Amino acid sequence: MFSNRRIPVLAALAALVPLALAACGGGADSSGADPSGPVTLTWWHNGTADPLKSIWEQVAADYHQAHPEVTIKGQPLQNEEFTTKVPLALQSNEPPDVYQAWGGGEMASQVTSGKVADVTGPTKGWLAPVGKFAEGWQADGKQYGVPFEQHIVGFWYRKDLFAKAGVTTPPSTMDELNSAVAKLKTTGVAPIAVGGKDRWPDAFYWNYFAVRECTADALKQAVKAVKLEDPCWTKAGQDLKAFLATQPFQTGFVGTPAQQGAGSSAGLVANGKAAMELQGDWEPGTMSSLTEDKALDSKIGWFPFPAVPGGAGDPAAVLGGGDGFSCTTRAAKACADFLQYLGSEPVQTKIAAQGAGLPVNPAAAKSLKTETLKGLFDYGRQAPYLQMYFDKAFPTAVGAALNDAVANFFAGQGSPEGIVAAVNQAAAGNK
Amino acid sequence: MTTATPVRAAKRPPAPPARPRSRRPGLRKKLELALLLGPALVLFIGFVLVPIGIAGFYSLFRWNGFGPLEDFVGFDNYADALAGDVFQGAIGHNLIIAGLSIVVQLPLSIGLALLLNRKLRGRAILRALVFAPYVLSEAITAVIWLLMLQPGGFADQLLESVGLGALVQQWLADPAVVLYTLFAVVTWKYVGFGIILLLAGLQGVPAELREAAALDGASAWQSTRHIVLPLLGPTIRIWIFLSVIGSLQLFDLVWIMTLGGPANASTTMATYLVDHGFKRYEFGFGSAVAVILFIICFAFALLYQRFALRRDTEGALTRMVG
Repeated sequence: MFSNRRIPVLAALAALVPLALAACGGGADSSGADPSGPVTLTWWHNGTADPLKSIWEQVAADYHQAHPEVTIKGQPLQNEEFTTKVPLALQSNEPPDVYQAWGGGEMASQVTSGKVADVTGPTKGWLAPVGKFAEGWQADGKQYGVPFEQHIVGFWYRKDLFAKAGVTTPPSTMDELNSAVAKLKTTGVAPIAVGGKDRWPDAFYWNYFAVRECTADALKQAVKAVKLEDPCWTKAGQDLKAFLATQPFQTGFVGTPAQQGAGSSAGLVANGKAAMELQGDWEPGTMSSLTEDKALDSKIGWFPFPAVPGGAGDPAAVLGGGDGFSCTTRAAKACADFLQYLGSEPVQTKIAAQGAGLPVNPAAAKSLKTETLKGLFDYGRQAPYLQMYFDKAFPTAVGAALNDAVANFFAGQGSPEGIVAAVNQAAAGNK
Repeated sequence: MTTATPVRAAKRPPAPPARPRSRRPGLRKKLELALLLGPALVLFIGFVLVPIGIAGFYSLFRWNGFGPLEDFVGFDNYADALAGDVFQGAIGHNLIIAGLSIVVQLPLSIGLALLLNRKLRGRAILRALVFAPYVLSEAITAVIWLLMLQPGGFADQLLESVGLGALVQQWLADPAVVLYTLFAVVTWKYVGFGIILLLAGLQGVPAELREAAALDGASAWQSTRHIVLPLLGPTIRIWIFLSVIGSLQLFDLVWIMTLGGPANASTTMATYLVDHGFKRYEFGFGSAVAVILFIICFAFALLYQRFALRRDTEGALTRMVG
């Protein structure tokens, strides 16, 4: 669901208090559930709004009907709550049995609690079709969770505004993108909208330049070692610098929210004030809630991030991620079975057909609502390499430091070398 | 405001002849105190003092919130925080907001309170209007202003329609402007609270004093300056106290409107704390920042109580009453 990218509206300062209390709690051993007896799984998910809300309610009821010994107790939580509640819960004696997790470095941090279950064995038989999108939920070669949706980042654009500016085909190289930006400027719209206030949309640009400049090996190596050594990382920043110099963004972009209101970056595109935005596959859903235009879907197209001339990376490599679930140790077996059900065709078809997101199961792709989304799905499937957004792939502190450094660069501070240095310093534990 | 002078001046009355029921007044008093203060004290210790102590303990470790506390780093977290440009900037931003609120909000509140204290038509409605923003939650205020302050948004259109288009800024996007934009929103939200407080204080200014001054030929300004303002002193001092503490803890508005950006131009100590404690899973470091924030607020509160509020609270807090 796109909302995992929403800004934290109310981060709970007070959570330090319960964290403290939880840490004081006794160390009683949590009793293992009897594998044959009735099991109740508590399930923390972010389905606070439809369509996901009703899909998950249905899924919990259906699963209980098919497996009467398993009861699923769903607990919808706002995205922001996961940041504070999951660490707290993993310190306590009663963590949820199934909880929403976004993989990568954050999940790796959670694994150090010792409460997250290794589900490599139970998922072995059925995880193959999910393919590279499941790799984000691995740490040290073990599977610690499973995605139920995949995410792909690319350019969403308005066909009508492109046509008006005389841009006939979506840009496939940076030169073409730059010339499209120049043409769009003459028509009086903002060529590209970006939600700079929220920082992560800025980071998408640097991320993609890095994916285009670095070989797959360099990318893998850097994420594994949490160290940016290859010169390609600095080149990514230089590409970004050159791109920012073309002034492609809307006025005041460093203060623009990504998803709130008609003045947000998504709102600007939805209302025809900007022609494109580099965003995830959740963008059409976000846009439709920010405009009165009922025919929006037909005006919106998608193209991948353009090729960067001279870049060592594969021009077809894709930046993305996903939404998934991790299990805790108490009822790992039952949890893994439940995750298998979430990845099964009936559930995945519901997700695809109701516009909740891109399914991970290829069998469900045909139910996607628009041709654009189907094209997007195929593009992701065929991509030779998937790079998880770096803020999620790296440990949390490093990812946040990267986003901050890139956002500062968008605001005119720092340098390409400075971004690389910020990541390496954060990885070394410096503030 | 509490004026406890009579209490101070009053001599304790001679002890009444002991009645049989209160033969052991000391014990009874202690029981009473335990019964009345006990629950609050337990809550205060459990939810304020103990967590502060634990946060102080956490702050000595490098800790991501998971697993045992193993990596003891002493006061490194404090040193890192205080040496960081961003945190230093954050402290500066808090101080600017605190300073501005005294220099700008206080005169504004006093002026409006004096106006609204006069007999004028629609006074009740005007009072309700200036107080309305205070009733909104900070989150709602922040979202409303975030939307209105977008380029070409309501604020810009309003300025242009009255011919002040030249004043239009990138309110939330210009690092040189953003802090003052936030201060304006803070003022919009909290000035009503100051006015209500001062209006209450004005009711305590005896009309006879102003009449007497008027008879002696004092101008309106003279009677305001030499009679009303001194008598508002306790209220003003309390307002300053609340305002500075609020400024030091400023969080919600900033978090929703700018997340401390662009380029950390509006980071406050509290947004820095959440950014580093929670968003980065650096709970040890976050605890250190929380302790620093606490010490700053606590030191201010103590010094202010000692030097500024003393004469207002003398007797009420500093001496045994009854």
